[in-house]
Amino acid sequence: MAECVGVDSNTSGHSMDKSITLPPDEIFRNLENAKRFAIDIGGSLTKLAYYSTVQHKVAKVRSFDTTAKAPNDKLYEISVQEEVTARLHFIKFENAYIETCLDFIKDHLVNTETKVIKATGGGAHKFKELIEKKLGLNVDKEDEMTCLIKGCNFVLKNIPHEAFVYARHADSEFRFQTANPDIFPYLLVNIGSGVSIVKVESEDQFERIGGSSIGGGTFWGLGALLTKTKRFDELLQLASKGQHTNVDMLVKDIYGGSYGCLGLTGDLIASSFGKSATADKEFSKEDMAKSLLHMISNDIGQLACLYAKLHNLSRVYFGGFFIRGHPVTMHTITYSINFFTKGEVQALFLRHEGYLGAIGAFLKGAEEDNPNQYSWGENYAGSSGLMSVSPDMNPMQRARSGTFDMLEMDRLERQLVNLPLLQDPSSYIPDTVDLTEDALARDYWLYCFEDALDGVVKRAVASQPDIPEAVVRAEKFRQKYRHKLLTLRHQPFAYGSLTVRSLLDTREHCLNEFNFPDPYSKIKQRENDMALKHYQRTVESLDALSWEDRQFALVSGVLAGNVFDWGAKAVSDVLESDPGFGFEQCALFFVDNSGVDIILGVMPFVRELLSRGTEVVLASNSGPALNDVTNGELQILTERIAAMDPVLQAGLQEDRLTLVQSGSSSPCLDLSRLDKVLAMVVRERQTDLVIIEGMGRAIHTNYYATLSCESLKMAVIKNSWLADRLGGKLFSVVFKYEVPLGKVHHNGATLMLS
Amino acid sequence: HFVSLIKKKLTFPWFGMDIGGTLVKLVYFEPKDITAEEEQEEVDNLKSIRRYLTSNIAYGKTGHRDVHLELQDLTLCGRTGNLHFIRFPTQDLPAFLQMARNKHFSSLHTTLCATGGGAYKFESDFRTMADLQLHKLDELDCLIRGVLYIDSVMSRGLSECYYFENPTDPDHCIQKPYTLENPYPLLLVNIGSGVSILAVYSENNYKRVTGTSLGGGTFLGLCCLLTGCSTFEEALKMASDGESTRVDKLVRDIYGGDYERFGLPGWAVASSFGNMMSKEKRESVSKEDLARATLVTITNNIGSITRMCALNENIERVVFVGNFLRVNTLSMKLLAYAMDYWSKGQLKALFLQHEGYFGAVGALLELLHPS
Repeated sequence: MAECVGVDSNTSGHSMDKSITLPPDEIFRNLENAKRFAIDIGGSLTKLAYYSTVQHKVAKVRSFDTTAKAPNDKLYEISVQEEVTARLHFIKFENAYIETCLDFIKDHLVNTETKVIKATGGGAHKFKELIEKKLGLNVDKEDEMTCLIKGCNFVLKNIPHEAFVYARHADSEFRFQTANPDIFPYLLVNIGSGVSIVKVESEDQFERIGGSSIGGGTFWGLGALLTKTKRFDELLQLASKGQHTNVDMLVKDIYGGSYGCLGLTGDLIASSFGKSATADKEFSKEDMAKSLLHMISNDIGQLACLYAKLHNLSRVYFGGFFIRGHPVTMHTITYSINFFTKGEVQALFLRHEGYLGAIGAFLKGAEEDNPNQYSWGENYAGSSGLMSVSPDMNPMQRARSGTFDMLEMDRLERQLVNLPLLQDPSSYIPDTVDLTEDALARDYWLYCFEDALDGVVKRAVASQPDIPEAVVRAEKFRQKYRHKLLTLRHQPFAYGSLTVRSLLDTREHCLNEFNFPDPYSKIKQRENDMALKHYQRTVESLDALSWEDRQFALVSGVLAGNVFDWGAKAVSDVLESDPGFGFEQCALFFVDNSGVDIILGVMPFVRELLSRGTEVVLASNSGPALNDVTNGELQILTERIAAMDPVLQAGLQEDRLTLVQSGSSSPCLDLSRLDKVLAMVVRERQTDLVIIEGMGRAIHTNYYATLSCESLKMAVIKNSWLADRLGGKLFSVVFKYEVPLGKVHHNGATLMLS
Repeated sequence: HFVSLIKKKLTFPWFGMDIGGTLVKLVYFEPKDITAEEEQEEVDNLKSIRRYLTSNIAYGKTGHRDVHLELQDLTLCGRTGNLHFIRFPTQDLPAFLQMARNKHFSSLHTTLCATGGGAYKFESDFRTMADLQLHKLDELDCLIRGVLYIDSVMSRGLSECYYFENPTDPDHCIQKPYTLENPYPLLLVNIGSGVSILAVYSENNYKRVTGTSLGGGTFLGLCCLLTGCSTFEEALKMASDGESTRVDKLVRDIYGGDYERFGLPGWAVASSFGNMMSKEKRESVSKEDLARATLVTITNNIGSITRMCALNENIERVVFVGNFLRVNTLSMKLLAYAMDYWSKGQLKALFLQHEGYFGAVGALLELLHPS
């Protein structure tokens, strides 16, 4: 006797087409150093994963020997060095290409240490021999579900905007969820040919708590019988054009209207296919496909809700080939979940859902490298983004398009964690404006970045004057970034929520991709040199001022270089809204630019804090971004200043002034992804004041961030559109001092003056 | 108006009606204790209705009287008689109304108690076509009332309720009577065109837990599309001759045997209709196989939703009713198996002899004893 349980394997194949040619070197990148292969072969798509290393040029600063004569009066020397970083490559393609792809890999594979390829998915068995023959590697099969869960944990932990809610008729179809630092427990509903419902409680602990045999295979198999349509995508196409009410018996077909006392509306389906129980009527393919889609989606949604309720889980992720980016099925599943839970549970989908098995299989094979001890980041330059292949495209076209989807993840040098001082990590959103939802803002910023592209290209070329081929690389960078901007114009959701930060970061990733590691290095060097010469004089004149005037001058200094005309009284009023200001235990200061900003603005401010007995932790970028001061540069600058300034000297010696890196290489700041060491220092020092400086860190991001301690956000708004948005004028100064509720009678104050 | 009517002596005929999405269920009380005086007073058309209903077992092409369910020597409201169970397709309701008109049913000044969605949908048709006023009743109220009543009158002799012993052993799986004493709480699963699942805590305390649109209507609708059949009986006959494992993809089709990691036996269905993704297999299955797979798919799905509801509501006894189970031992055994196997013996599936008629019985009771 048979019984339904549902197993979500993705078996069922297409015949292979060996005649297809493709441009694989753009796709299978960095194969020379590739090792640790893994493959996930589903019913129609293959996902290949490998680990490789990327050689990058990086700009390093090195202090000149202070005892020797400094040549050209330069503060430090800049050298471009080769650095090797780890990268994970994931490529998704139609099964039809599998043989061509394996041939290509064989031809380009240099690393001979690799002996094994981890394999998962329903098709792994079918292609085992082919893989072994082509690659000469032993196929080592891994359990599908284990891989899936491992992959799911990995993306949820490492990709901030991984999960989204789908709302077909909303302004933005995709509403990305903020990454909750605690991803467990959750429910994963995997809809392959059958359905598996898995409860995941921790990294290694998960349980298949149920399933259903009515899944993607039922839609496909039954759909093929009913409509004589063979392909899954075509069936979905049919369904999206049909009217299920011609086939289904609705509540109103039975009642004539709604069944009021139970709250069942007339449009509710009472009996799926209830109208087709007759021999003398024809039904259209579209209508039957639509009815079938509703029947299956509703059924899965209902079961998922029953399991979520029984196990008291509110986070429910859906995946499997039935979902895989298809707006039609995401819509019907979302509808069903909303109906059955009355909105209490949201259906969540994953941006990299298709890669979970491959990621998991890879992680199984890489356990000795312990990839989970690192933090990883999505490389925007090398990743295709959500819906790189639009599922709405004509399925026949799509089948032959040979579109390859890619995901690349860089191993980050530092392990990233939350800032311990975030008021509520699960609701923290770094970005001030979500351009995915705000079409006007999106148009404006996309235009801005396009407009600025020429300048960035010029700057990149100028940063490598002795290398003639830099022009060619810069041109490639231009093409790549312009293409990204174009993609984002059409698919703003491609990499999660579109924000000014993500636009800036994408640009940095693209610059790095074409070996422009630090286009501003020489400018920064020059400005630092210059500013340093004025340090002593600045400090002396500050010391001569009264306390009130000095406060104003210090704040002005941090906002240096910009014109503003608000009085000393105003600053003093804001700061003294909390009588305790200036008597903190320890201040964490996120710094911004090189040059005048850091040397004549931040350092005197730091000096004042130190002399008032407050310890200071200076957090600067780990890697370069625009003209922001990097941790490497700041080390040297601080030493030099300390040599001139006994206050700072003492601060360093007594360990009251500490320099840490933020873990980031972005002009913006994500307080939920910061260097682990920084978090440790913050905790040890009992930090009770956070200062965030600059447009990128205090306006584009963190403007609305709430911290559990006092905070000061300072920036000059150098963009008229944004000034307008925030209700000010160009070159307005934002000076936002906040005290957490309950700490003091007053809740801080904000000044925005021009 | 209704209360004033029943305060008078209850006039015959006594009917209870349940107009569903697919079938109309009619219960008719035939008084056997008619006195000579009554006999004389009885108007001709009342006599003719009684004779027509009790002397036939088929009405037109599609109406049937389920003789085996007839309850004899029943005492209702001080009268003794037989309770008859009649059904016909909802689509033939116009013919029924026409007959009522021809037989001048309205001249009897009786109240027709009706439940089911059709009581609302066709109310105006009853008025305009047959000059009949319907007293509309909630279908779930009627259902529960009907179940409890029939169970109480049956327990004198034959048992209304039964279950399958050894449900997981096909060779020793036998039907056994079951006494529904202290029935609460119980989960009542009504499988008509669609499915409603009720948690019942007492006669007057129940809630609709959920429902599913995958019900008897889906089985028949899909069978008609897949096999060209047109009646429930045909579809069931085909299903009993078919083999669903040719249509469904089983765990063993994917894993070669059990999927031990998750304790899934090889014979379990992994994907309903999963084999039909392949063109060759689509061409090699029979209509009978398809009918069987449809039956198994729908039945098992009702089983798993029911099981989840039982767990969520913390109820161990499940009573399945509704006309989907009529002459459908296949589905009943499947449900019995599923409840037992997946709950490791915790859940018991119970069935009732008068599977689809409880709503109509409840409507009749409302006529006689308004609540």
